[in-house]
Order: sequence, then structure tokens, then C-alpha cells
Amino acid sequence: MSELRDLYQELIIDHSKKPRNFREMEDANHEADGFNPLCGDKLHLYMKVDDEGIIRDVSFKGSGCAISTSSASIMTSMLKNQSLDQARSMFEMFHHMVTRPEEELDPAHAGIGLGKMAVFAGVNEFPARVKCATLAWHTMKNAIEDAHEPAKTE
Amino acid sequence: MSTTTSHAATTALDVARIRQNFPALHQQVHGKPLAYLDNAASAQTPVQVIDAIRGFYERDRANVHRGVHELSQRATHSYEQARVKVQRFLNAAQLEEIIYVRGATEGINLVASSWGQANIKAGDEILVSAMEHHSNIVPWQMLCERTGAKLRVIPMNQQGELLLDEYAALLSERVKLVAINHVSNALGTINPVKQMIAQAHAVGAVTMIDGAQAAPHVKVDVCDLDADFYVFSGHKVYGPTGIGVLYGKRALLEAMAPYQGGGDMIAYVSFEKTTYNELPYKFEAGTPNIADAIGLGAAVDYALSVGMDNIAAYEAELLDYATEQVSAIDGIRLIGTAKHKASVLSFLIGDVHAHDAGTILDREGIAVRAGHHCAQPVMDFFSIPATTRASFAFYNTREEVDALCRGIVKVKELFG
Repeated sequence: MSELRDLYQELIIDHSKKPRNFREMEDANHEADGFNPLCGDKLHLYMKVDDEGIIRDVSFKGSGCAISTSSASIMTSMLKNQSLDQARSMFEMFHHMVTRPEEELDPAHAGIGLGKMAVFAGVNEFPARVKCATLAWHTMKNAIEDAHEPAKTE
Repeated sequence: MSTTTSHAATTALDVARIRQNFPALHQQVHGKPLAYLDNAASAQTPVQVIDAIRGFYERDRANVHRGVHELSQRATHSYEQARVKVQRFLNAAQLEEIIYVRGATEGINLVASSWGQANIKAGDEILVSAMEHHSNIVPWQMLCERTGAKLRVIPMNQQGELLLDEYAALLSERVKLVAINHVSNALGTINPVKQMIAQAHAVGAVTMIDGAQAAPHVKVDVCDLDADFYVFSGHKVYGPTGIGVLYGKRALLEAMAPYQGGGDMIAYVSFEKTTYNELPYKFEAGTPNIADAIGLGAAVDYALSVGMDNIAAYEAELLDYATEQVSAIDGIRLIGTAKHKASVLSFLIGDVHAHDAGTILDREGIAVRAGHHCAQPVMDFFSIPATTRASFAFYNTREEVDALCRGIVKVKELFG
């Protein structure tokens, strides 16, 4: 049960049950779809980025498991008022955290600078679920790059 | 929950002894004894099958239908004996009606390509059911796109039973093919295929029965069903992966063009003209999957030795028990509650997503399938993204059902 609690932390359960920024946005200027066809997880991400490259608003709609929903919810709550460069580097940090091999885990630095994202560190132990955690982040990357293909992490 | 501890089945199966034949069942997963409840995705393999495959590789390994030497003759004999075993398993009238393919999917594609191209034209209709696996939808959609034919769907009710009145109303002289599963992989419904085949024949339509989920669990008699085509996969009948069977009535197969060209499927080749080999070799181009065909022969022999009626009776009891125990847990919604069912228990745990349930059950040693089961139209029908599916075989026990129930309670606790 303890490993499962590492994956399904209270914060993750909370965000999956009450996802933040779960709404459509009419005046978004960047949007993208994320879709994992084998899982059936799908989400649509909305972003409003100002002329200075600052993310003024971000929201999502869609359906998925607790991991993918809470990942999208936590991501949107962290991105507000960040620059696009900061968003890109957060993507890299998140991606590294959930996909790095165990031997690279450095407890001294685990979680530093990750903020709420750190609750997903446990996903590392569940290889089948990494794709769930990263879907929102890949979709965000597609949105800021205005990619036309939906993001997939399967 | 259940106070049940140990149960002597009322049917004739000695399940403890049967389990000894399946080495993969005896292991721990995440420190818990494995409860393998994902048989509808792929079943486990008994030592009899593993030994048959090993015997081929250790003694008889050679190509078939070619060599004059001893090993090639032994390989050919075993490969063809396996076909006899499959013929017996399906009760096919003739040996030549048994075509080896990679699996049910390839069998359906073979028919869609070879029979479909010659017999389906613009304005024709193909009927599929609302509960088909993608493999019995997409090949027909592709055929419709190529020919201008129309795909129509036999609807079902909320229990997951086909609406036979609607089926009768859909049947007309325009319908050239009816493609339905014998047992639904997502819902477990056993469809009344014998009756549906007779109705299709009455309007002159040909029938394709997807038996992937039926062959492991119920007695299949293609002559009694009067099926025109029937397919199943080896790995779901306790055999190896990568092998399956297309049964087709001889007259239909004779009239069909080959699916693939190559060695073994020819009688004579020149650059001007090639004469095709006779059945079944016309459809078995290239060196076939010899080892796995031999393994499949051993698998169907094994199933027949246990007895399909015994298997069906034991599994029906186990499914009844599982249905009763799982649905007694608060917040469970069963998906697929047809009167006639085999082996499959699909369900939702409150509003917990199936993938989360699947992960938690896995940590308890319980292997289930979580997802849309390659039947997205079924999920759409019930307005759900996915289900958790436990699917049983005759080596599963009530204790494993009890473990499943305890796992479900854990899922609920974690998401409480």
C-alpha cells in the first residue's frame, strides 16, 4: 500500500476529484489536443499568452485517469504568470523526474524547484503510468509551439 | 465480504490438478500470489503446449511440405496433424476448410480482402453488431470504402444484448454479409449466432463469426451453427501467440482468390501464368508458423481433454459467483448484464477511472484489463471511457475472485 500511496498522494487524489482550471476559454490564443488512443485519455488545453510571452491564463477540458487529470490540473495551476521559457524548462524538469532511471535519483535534490510537481515523483516506479502523467505537459508544449498534431505519449 | 474459503466445484473439474499444468499461474507479483484474470486478452499456456513446441524445436525442426528428409517429414506430419485436431475442435466437415492464419484478426482481413473484393459492390450492405471488437469493424469499413458498400449496425440494449427484432428489420436482399462475434470481449454476451446465421442465410447473406472469445469457453460446432466463416486465435485457447484459424465452407474458399502470393500456395509457376495450389495451401503462402501450429494442435487437444462442456459449466459457476460477490460491493456498476454470458465481468468502481483501478489491483497481484477493450463503440454506447474487466478461465478459482473483491475494496479506500 505504501508504494501505492507514493503514486496516489492526497494532492493527486484531490486534484483528480476537483480539477482546477477545468473550463473552456473563449479568448485563448494557443490551444492543443492531447490524446492517448490506447488509454482513451484526452484533453484540450487552452492558453492565453500576452505580447511579453507571459502565460496569463491556462485551462483544460477532457477526461482521463486520476494521474492524467491531476497532472493537467496541477500543471495549469503552476503555469499561470510564468514565461514561455519557464514553461519549457518546467516541462523538461517534469519529464526528467518521471522518466529518469532509478539509479539517477538523487534524494538530496529530489523535488527541489519542482513545487507541486514533485508529487508525481512516485510515477517513476510505475512505468505503465508515465504516459498518463506526461500527457498534459506534452500537450502544453504543443500548444506553445502551435503544433497541429495532437500530443501523444503512448 | 465473502466468508467463503475453499470450494469443491460441483462440476467434474479438478481445478487444483489443472492448475499444475499452467506454470505461469504459480508466481508472486509485487509480493502477492498472482490472480490471473485477464484471460480474454490472452490465456495462459499449459505444459502440454510448451512441450509440443519444444519437441518441434528439439527434434523435428525443419520446413514443411518440401523436404524428402526425415525431419521435414516429421515436421509436416505434426503440422498437418495439428490441423486435424483443429478440425475436430471446430467439428468442421473437411480438413481443407481449416486455414492457418496469425490470429482472428488476420482471418477476418483475409475474408474481407479476398471474398469481399470479389463479392461486395456499391449499394451492398454489410451488417456488424454494436458490440464488435475493432477487428470485426475496421476491415469491413475499409472494404466499404473501397467498394462503396454500406456498413450498418445491429443495435443492442442496456444489458448488452443484441436487438433481434432490429436485426430482422435490417436484413434485406441488399445485405451480403453479416459479421458478428459469438461472444463479446467487452461485455461477455453470448450471442444467438445459430439463429442469426439462419436469418442471414434466408436473405442470401454470407456470415462471418468472430469466435475469438467463444472458442476458449463454449463448444463450437461450425456445422451445427452453419457458419460460412469462423475465426479464432490460438493464444486465447491456451495456445501460443501468432497462430489462429480461419474456417470457411469449402465452396466459398474454393471460389476465393489467394490472399497473399508466394511459396507453398502454388501448383505451378511460370512467368506467363501461375496455377494456385489446392485448399488449404492456397491461403498459406510462405513458410508457415509451424511450431505454433503444432502448439495450437496441442492446445485444442488439451481443451478437448478437459471437455468443453466441463469448462463451460465450471466457468458459468465461477462467473455467477464473481458477479454476485463483485456487485455486492457498494458503488459497483456492472457493464454487460446479458442473460447469456461467458467468462467476462466488466465493471466500474464508483467514479474511479479503470486505469487507476488496474494499477492498484496489479499491486495486489491481480491481473485485469483496464481500458476500452478495443471496443470503443461499446464504451460510447454506455457513455464511459473505459471499464475494468476481469475475465476468467477454467483454472481460476473462487479464492481469486475473493482476492479481486479485496482489491476492489482497496481501490475504494485509496480513492475514498
